[in-house]
Amino acid sequence: MNLQTPVIIEVSGLEKRFGDVEAVRGVDFQVRAGETFGFLGPNGAGKSTTINILCTLARPTAGTARVAGHDVVTERDAVRRTIGLVFQDPTLDVELTAEQNLRFHAELYGVPKAGLSERIDDMLRMVGLADRRGSQVQTFSGGMRRRLEIARGLLHSPRVLFLDEPTIGLDPQSRASVWDYIGALRRREDITVFLTTHYMDEAEHCNRIAIIDSGRIVALDTPEALKAGVGKDRVQITTSDDEAAIAALRGRFGIEAGMHSGEVTFAVPDGERFVPRLFAELGVPIHTVSVARPTLDDVFLAHTGTTIRDAEASRVDRIPAMFRAGRR
Amino acid sequence: MSSSTVRAGEAGGDAGVLAPVAPVRLAASGPRHALRAVKVVWQREMIRFVRDRGRLISGLAQPLLLLFVLGSGLSGLVRAGTGGLDFQTFLFPGIVATSTLFTAIFAGVSIVWDREFGFLREMLVAPVPRTAILVGKCLGGATVATGQSVILLALAGLVGVPYSPVMFAALIGLLFLTALSITAFGLMISARIKRFQAIMPIMQLVLTPMMFLSGSMFPLSGLPAWLTVLTRINPLTYAVEPMRNVVFRHLQLDPVTRRVLDPGITWNGWVVPIWLQVLVVAALGLGMLGVAAAQFRRTD
Repeated sequence: MNLQTPVIIEVSGLEKRFGDVEAVRGVDFQVRAGETFGFLGPNGAGKSTTINILCTLARPTAGTARVAGHDVVTERDAVRRTIGLVFQDPTLDVELTAEQNLRFHAELYGVPKAGLSERIDDMLRMVGLADRRGSQVQTFSGGMRRRLEIARGLLHSPRVLFLDEPTIGLDPQSRASVWDYIGALRRREDITVFLTTHYMDEAEHCNRIAIIDSGRIVALDTPEALKAGVGKDRVQITTSDDEAAIAALRGRFGIEAGMHSGEVTFAVPDGERFVPRLFAELGVPIHTVSVARPTLDDVFLAHTGTTIRDAEASRVDRIPAMFRAGRR
Repeated sequence: MSSSTVRAGEAGGDAGVLAPVAPVRLAASGPRHALRAVKVVWQREMIRFVRDRGRLISGLAQPLLLLFVLGSGLSGLVRAGTGGLDFQTFLFPGIVATSTLFTAIFAGVSIVWDREFGFLREMLVAPVPRTAILVGKCLGGATVATGQSVILLALAGLVGVPYSPVMFAALIGLLFLTALSITAFGLMISARIKRFQAIMPIMQLVLTPMMFLSGSMFPLSGLPAWLTVLTRINPLTYAVEPMRNVVFRHLQLDPVTRRVLDPGITWNGWVVPIWLQVLVVAALGLGMLGVAAAQFRRTD
């Protein structure tokens, strides 16, 4: 992706308030044509609100957004003609067959009748549903329904495909297959993909990620660059006395540690070299130790002071911002 | 571009081997595109209706009960007042007219189910005017309700109504218009209902009085003043009366009996002409469609 690639989504100063709640608080970013761009953040961070504004389904309180050159407020129909949508919640008519759902969509979007049957065939084949075209959607599994929605979202050759939590509620196998199809369509169609997710591993599929928390973008870069930016390894230990261990880490090493998944967790540069010192100097018996390279979870932690899971479990009790000191 | 779509490279099925395809070029937006949208929304209503036999049967059950059970049961009792006309014959146009009421209103409020199951979103985010979606829904509801009433019309001979082609043509036209307006009414009340559990009580509260106050089961003459007022306020009255008028024109009746059983609608003594009654139904339908369209524009 270089600077000559045209910008296809352009967002500046975007805000959305619902009464007293500020769902989106001043978001700026650009997406270049052909990119797969991800919004990563916990539920309630403002991802869906932003996607709804970009899809013309909600009006921003302030700021502007343009998709494929069209303003999302003043040129709604033009935007709608250039985008495909897969929502978080299903939007299929389960009483119709797979093919009837696609045909309905084609008529509604004005897909030319010439070549329409071939286009529908092609889309159904792409998502592996060609042999189920005549079945009512109510007989489909969650993964099949999601794939059908992806096929439908692509039927009218949109320039941008919006996927709002495309794999939410699916089992791991269906999640993987949905990603396979998204990858395949990116190689076939000249398309930009904008997606939201709160799964860290899925964000890895993106060319660039914006990490969003409490309505703000806190970091935006390639997954590799974001992880490199953390600069520290994650060390997790189990001890005889976790509280004493946390106190000792603070007192002797100047490290802020917190409890994650029942383990004392902290971040240090060069984790493997730190472990021998830890055993020698901590003064609290250590049962297990693990050292891991930074993941996107750590990136999120570094920028927000909490893990995504904790942010979803409770948006109040934030753990100490132990990675924060290490930011570039 | 970085190579971050690692797993995508292992795509299974046909996905990996299909050649790139030329992008579709969408037709320009305009009246032709809007008409396509109307047609496909209508088609969906047809597909759903054909799939759902239960809806047809339950839609016919009530009018059949009213016509044959209530009609036969009361005919002995009311014979003295009908000038020898079978009470079932009297009931026929009223029952046919009100049979569209439930079917058409449910076709209209089915948009609440569309919302509940997400499909409304698919329709509302499309680059078509919302009015096109609503008009498609109206035509669908009207077609289904009229089709169902035609089955009742076919039973005319059983209750002493002659099979006259002119009469049937007029009745089908009136039925379609009535069903169109009632579906628009259903759409209008649905625009504000977000939960489908809320529909049933509202339907009960609205439909049953509308049916009883329409003059479909008793003549509009000789009523107490309060009842006269209520029947004149009820829009369905203006749909029932033209149909009764059409049917009675094809019956052998002496003028006195006819005046008693089909006195027409009066506003403070002034006899409302049939064409004006039809116009009332059409204008109300259009008005309610307009309100529905405005409400669906506001709610995303």
